Amino acid sequence: MSVGNRITSDDQLARLLQIGIVLEEVVEARAYHHYSSLDAELDAAVEDLLEHAAEESADHRRRLEDLIEDLDVESVPFDEIEGLVEARYGRTQPDDFDGVLYDALCNEETAYKFYDDLIEAIEASDAEFSVNREELIATLSAIREEEAEGVEEVTAIMEKR
Amino acid sequence: MNTADQYLKTIYLIQNQEDGPASTGSIADALDVSPASANEMIGKLEGRGLADHEKYKGVTLSEEGIVRARDALQTYCIIERFLANVLGVEEFRAEARQLEAVIDDTVADRLDTIIDREPECPDCFDAEADACACLEAAFEGAD
Repeated sequence: MSVGNRITSDDQLARLLQIGIVLEEVVEARAYHHYSSLDAELDAAVEDLLEHAAEESADHRRRLEDLIEDLDVESVPFDEIEGLVEARYGRTQPDDFDGVLYDALCNEETAYKFYDDLIEAIEASDAEFSVNREELIATLSAIREEEAEGVEEVTAIMEKR
Repeated sequence: MNTADQYLKTIYLIQNQEDGPASTGSIADALDVSPASANEMIGKLEGRGLADHEKYKGVTLSEEGIVRARDALQTYCIIERFLANVLGVEEFRAEARQLEAVIDDTVADRLDTIIDREPECPDCFDAEADACACLEAAFEGAD
């Protein structure tokens, strides 16, 4: 067991980026699910929020995939993961969370926490990765910033209601 | 999962295996840290009311410590099960140990929405096998 949050290899980094992709898949799937099934009850601001969340997650996923491609690791089956997340998500109840907005907030906060911890673990590591460390941290920091903005957007809508 | 939670989980598992207090040495061995580091963290856990350390006997978790340890073990089970069943990682035990410090419980809760976990979790965790007993069967069955 390793105590302390450091990443010591390309493989570990790739696995964490892969977990990030799955998280983004979950966010995307949940946002689309809410968007398509509950849109009659939602106002325009919430619809925009969900649409934006799904698009942003898809973009984050692509940026994470690009990072993994640049790492010196065996490729991972993204298509399989995508199908699996969709299949698994379809089995969960839509009322797992208190509401669409609360769910969206939870998504953004969770993603922010994930990227924040990941960046901290990379910065704490003295491992040599096969991708440029500064570019890696810059990409993850930009994604983290978008998640922080997402938290603010959801909170602003919640406060207005 | 933060360092304190990793300690609580480890103490909980040793306590259950030993059916009594967990020795500082066995905690340090399990976490691959020095006895001095283990003692320092045990002191912190004691200060927070999560554990009781009796010299020459060992460490016993308080009720609150047990609740937090079980939460941490559940988070660990989610990570193992996610790696094994969603990502198809054969070395899921080793990878879970490497990654647990970086995966927060809120992140694990999100991953939990796409895995099938038994209702008895985390009681089905087999400390010797370092994995959920149910997961072992599911993983081997999938091969």
